[in-house]
Amino acid sequence: MANILDAIRKNQDGLLEEWVQGIKSGVRRRDLIDDRELKAQSAEVLAAICDVSADTTLDNLNAPAWQPLKDLLAGLSASRAVQGFTPSETAMFVLSLKSPLFNLIQRQAGSDAKHLFADIATVGDFVDKLALHTTDSFIHGRDQVIMRQQEEMLELSTPVVTLWDGIVALPLIGTLDSARTQVVMESLLQAIVKTNSRFAIIDITGVPTVDTLVAQHLLKTITAARLMGAECILSGIRPQIAQTIVHLGINLEDVITKAKLSDAFRLALERSGRTVTRLEKSKGSALARYGEQ
Amino acid sequence: MERIPILRMGNFLLVTIQVDMHDKLALTLQDDLTSKIADVGAKGVLIDISSLEIVDSFIGRTLANIASMARVLDAQTVVVGMQPAVAITLVELGMSLPGIRTALNVESGMQYLHETVTSDRDSEEYDGDSD
Repeated sequence: MANILDAIRKNQDGLLEEWVQGIKSGVRRRDLIDDRELKAQSAEVLAAICDVSADTTLDNLNAPAWQPLKDLLAGLSASRAVQGFTPSETAMFVLSLKSPLFNLIQRQAGSDAKHLFADIATVGDFVDKLALHTTDSFIHGRDQVIMRQQEEMLELSTPVVTLWDGIVALPLIGTLDSARTQVVMESLLQAIVKTNSRFAIIDITGVPTVDTLVAQHLLKTITAARLMGAECILSGIRPQIAQTIVHLGINLEDVITKAKLSDAFRLALERSGRTVTRLEKSKGSALARYGEQ
Repeated sequence: MERIPILRMGNFLLVTIQVDMHDKLALTLQDDLTSKIADVGAKGVLIDISSLEIVDSFIGRTLANIASMARVLDAQTVVVGMQPAVAITLVELGMSLPGIRTALNVESGMQYLHETVTSDRDSEEYDGDSD
């Protein structure tokens, strides 16, 4: 088996040429990668294959000697995931190494059919495993992109806004799951401490559905805020959601609920000893004059 | 033995917990506080837990007990300055402490005590404070 590796080492340049040609004629994203870069990457992979110690065999990809090659392929596929390659295109990059290798083995073996078959099986297996590893890494790269985006969305989706001195509001948008509720809860409680707010309004106008789990999360947040000394008002409950809450038998008796954010804000103002009044006519016109100046 | 100091401010008792509560300390506080309420005839108790970072169900229950005991001895209890992490922990433990009044900080806690205690006996010399 080592003689296959020897053969590869001897014919490295020829193999590289054949491989790059193969990639070019097959699936190839001219828009994403240019000839020079493609050739450089291929040469790097071939060099990594040739660079293993003499006693390494092709049939055990888990051997430590292959680790540099696997790392290289993982890095390659991760960068390709970012560049926008599809998984099959990335896998084909490795799989297209098969036919140059088969040609090489054929030239080496001559007419020894039995030997030829064994070598082809070994090399085929080797390249397949490499391709699988590449695909795994590719998917891992994609997963990381998705996870990063999820985290970013999590941060985006939990703004706590100060409505007035001592009144904060948390407009919730999107479905509430456990992870999001945790972030929501923490950021609301932190904001209560930071702004020293006695009132917190949780607005669920943007929450599409409220099931028992979401309601439980909301109740937990409200209880935690109460323990800290702030009062929570739940607002933005749409008629359908009110129906759902009653049908599910969720007990919101202990929670102040309002249909609209403005109602909740009015209540919070009232409870903190403030009120909103319309300016009298004379004052209003004075303001208007002020505005004109 | 380690004790949590109880300060007296007129009709009110002020307790500031600045060390990690362990079970024995909590029970000592419960004993000390109830006897002090009875001694001085306190009308309000303010417990500041803003430095408390770790709670368990026992501490939570002791706080609730202290509040109930104070109520029996005719004193209002208000717990102030609970940290977000502590609040989350208590909620996750299923302890919503329904009998306890809470406030954001010592200032609003004292204001609450003044309001409730003076409104309880508005016929006496305290008046006008609450409204």
